[in-house]
Amino acid sequence: MSIEIRNIVKTFGEFKALNDLSLNVESGELVALLGPSGCGKTSLLRVIAGLETPDSGQILFHGEDTTDRHVRERQVGFVFQHYALFRHMTVFENVAFGLRVRPKSTRPSDAEIKRKVHDLLQLVQLDWLADRYPAQLSGGQRQRIALARALAVEPKVLLLDEPFGALDTKVRKELRRWLRRLHDEIHVTSVFVTHDQEEALEVADRVVVMNKGQIEQIGSPSEVYDTPASPFVYQFLGDVNLFQSRVHEGWAQVGSAKFAATETSEHATVYVRPHEIDLSRIATPGAISGTITHIRLLGATVRLEVEVPDHDVVEVELTRERQQEGAWQVAETVYLIPREAKVYATV
Amino acid sequence: MSTAINNLNNKVVTTESAWVRYLLTGLALLLIAILLIVPLLSVFYEALHQGWGLYKDALIESDALSAIQLTLIVAAISLPLNLVFGVAAAWAIAKFDFKGKSILVTLIDLPFAVSPVVAGLIYVLLFGAHGWWGAWLMDNDIKIIFAVPGIVLATVFVTFPFVARELIPLMEAQGSDEEQAALVLGASGWQTFWHVTLPNIKWGLLYGVILANARAMGEFGAVSVISGHIRGMTNTIPLHVEILYNEYNFVAAFACASILALLALLTLALKSYVEWRTEQQAIEDRKHAIEAV
Repeated sequence: MSIEIRNIVKTFGEFKALNDLSLNVESGELVALLGPSGCGKTSLLRVIAGLETPDSGQILFHGEDTTDRHVRERQVGFVFQHYALFRHMTVFENVAFGLRVRPKSTRPSDAEIKRKVHDLLQLVQLDWLADRYPAQLSGGQRQRIALARALAVEPKVLLLDEPFGALDTKVRKELRRWLRRLHDEIHVTSVFVTHDQEEALEVADRVVVMNKGQIEQIGSPSEVYDTPASPFVYQFLGDVNLFQSRVHEGWAQVGSAKFAATETSEHATVYVRPHEIDLSRIATPGAISGTITHIRLLGATVRLEVEVPDHDVVEVELTRERQQEGAWQVAETVYLIPREAKVYATV
Repeated sequence: MSTAINNLNNKVVTTESAWVRYLLTGLALLLIAILLIVPLLSVFYEALHQGWGLYKDALIESDALSAIQLTLIVAAISLPLNLVFGVAAAWAIAKFDFKGKSILVTLIDLPFAVSPVVAGLIYVLLFGAHGWWGAWLMDNDIKIIFAVPGIVLATVFVTFPFVARELIPLMEAQGSDEEQAALVLGASGWQTFWHVTLPNIKWGLLYGVILANARAMGEFGAVSVISGHIRGMTNTIPLHVEILYNEYNFVAAFACASILALLALLTLALKSYVEWRTEQQAIEDRKHAIEAV
């Protein structure tokens, strides 16, 4: 089922959480709402679910206005960051809850409920935990049970609020791959909130980058990463080096390097990602000279800090092979050659 | 394991010298003995030292029986009222944000701050023959003062904070995520309360009710003002004890007092059991959480 969000405004006292925001989610899509904390992504998710009422604007499910429909009639599945499992119920009862609270006329029989719950527990690969209590499960297991519970009511839309936020890195990576596979299997329209750009890029069909209650960019993971629409998106999706520069005859100059500035403005900022910089010992035209001050090993990659006169420290990321080939040393003078760069006018 | 080692270290590093420890512990025990244990024993001694027969007679005497009966009736009416008010107030305070919330929290504590005698006087002022609504009540032949309704009102007033006080911190700590999850899953407000909220607060609720019950049965000041001390009619056990004592009928006074003392002991036992249950639950939760990780 598709979701259409039209001109939603939501304020909390003085704070504008959502500022005239519109968004379409296609049927069967997995969309990530990505942004820093306080950008309004969780508020948006809760407005879609019906857990918050917007000040103005509309929410349409499959073309039908659901803005005023009560949360229990919206047929959404909601997964909370801290699981929100019913602590006094077993895993089985947790998953069965949504079926058991139905009015008698639509409630499935006990045998039916039992079959369905076990099917769902098999789907999340935790069938063997049916008789345990939530307190007896690990974080990753709890979140998978929470997902099974949300799916039990056959929601038209699945909403996940920072679903992996409370888990440690390793479990988080496993779970997000698992979620992606699960979505490929069941194809329910899903929206999930995250502040982790890696998570959004890896899992989602489309990424919605949000900032200050508004949408900065919507696009596929490669679109938002490769062609960021704004400096904010560029900075939010991964590490970045900034060079403040003056624009002269359409060119932003950093040392002897020149970058084409599309917009006419006196000042511009050049954005370069650390892994998109090559190093050289020979001065070439268009290179920026500097001195290596630190070399740090980060697992598979090596990060060099290079001091460039008149600018901030520049970070360069190399694979370990390239660091070994180059045998770069602290205190030596190097020339930086950006392979990719993006120039935004400084206002 | 690691906690055991920590405890050992703590003992060596942070403990006081032996004589300080013995002195403080001894003082505390002595105070408890003088202030609590000796009086409690003396109640039973005074009640029983002239034999079982007199003790039993004092309790089955008709005025005593009616006092016991009235006390039970008052507790039986005021506790359910308190249960409903307390849960409703705690629910409102813990799960919702609204204007005047802090005022409500303060008001809930009011019965603790006000002297019970004042509480009783308030009701006399409102419902008494010369009170605000006294004339109207007389015209309609409704008796509140010097009757059971007044005693119930006064008892509800003084016991009001117990349940709410117990539940507010508990409900605040638990948050409302589980309730929201239940709503999203299609549960009605009543189903959510019954299947999600209530099971999570049941031990805290029971604890509050036990304390409120002890207070309801033992309340003297407020009830004393409002009841009129009519023998066999509006006397609760504490009031009956006072009357007997003033009449120098010590055996009967202490016999009735011993019922209240027994009630106190029972309350303590129940309270300890509930505390122990809550703690066990917490330990179990932690243990499983550690195993699971």
